[in-house]
Amino acid sequence: MTELYEDGNALAGPLGEIFAVDVTVAIQRCAHCGRTGPVAALRVYRHAPGLVARCPGCDGVVLRLVRTPDAAFLDLTGALNLRIPLEA
Amino acid sequence: MTPQGASIGLNGLRQRGLAVAIFTPGFHGRRSTDVQLPPGQYLTEDFPVLSAGPTPRIPLDRWEFVITTETEQQYRWSWDELWALPQDTPTVDIHCVTRWSKLATSWQGVSLDTVLADVETAADFALVHSYGGYTTNVPLEDLLDGKAWIVHQFEGEDLPSEHGGPARMIVPHLYFWKSAKWVRGMQLLLQDEPGFWETAGYHDYGDPWREQRYQGD
Repeated sequence: MTELYEDGNALAGPLGEIFAVDVTVAIQRCAHCGRTGPVAALRVYRHAPGLVARCPGCDGVVLRLVRTPDAAFLDLTGALNLRIPLEA
Repeated sequence: MTPQGASIGLNGLRQRGLAVAIFTPGFHGRRSTDVQLPPGQYLTEDFPVLSAGPTPRIPLDRWEFVITTETEQQYRWSWDELWALPQDTPTVDIHCVTRWSKLATSWQGVSLDTVLADVETAADFALVHSYGGYTTNVPLEDLLDGKAWIVHQFEGEDLPSEHGGPARMIVPHLYFWKSAKWVRGMQLLLQDEPGFWETAGYHDYGDPWREQRYQGD
């Protein structure tokens, strides 16, 4: 069976509601295995009660996003950091 | 264990929610949508696959179900040992928090009453664990008195892996995220410990008849 994930570009819209910058171009470091890569390269499972983005190296959960009618819950405990490119 | 008021209330709601099939004149054999569902739910005939991660593949000769109590005592069942226990065939309605409900699903497996019968514990809470790392929390009393099962058959067939096979939990009186796929065991705890979705904004208990979807509902 084909796994039900998409790449991290699927996060652009939902995270665009929260952040002023495009987080999908940020470089994240996985808290589980230390691998770094763009958020757009995460594996996003969206056939679920929320969005679950996993590391393509170790399948650890890097990011979770649950949208309720009046709030968003964002969990980034699986990312040690995000490197967000900014204007010099 | 002493039943609490909330459980009694739930049973009453549950009975009122029993499905009634009504046939509409002029639409031969077609069931109308006049079926009582929990608030905010719609009826579906198919079985949507929801998954928050890769589908685990567990060889049956390595599969086990392990209960760990609050004193770290462990009770283990192999695949063959678990299914040697008395089997139940529950037919239940299920309600997913993503708003679909499916009526009269039939399963085969072992009641949690049977599994927990000889487990010595003073715990009030369970944290259910799955192969693949998923967790969900359920009060222990919601797993007893014929309200929860570990199942390995769906509609007379081996449970497909995308629906949680080889074995999953079903706790049909709560939203279906409480019915952990690919179940591998549970911790019995003196204090409640929220699981995967419960730490990400979803309700700690998840009663569909009270529409307990998110924290604060």
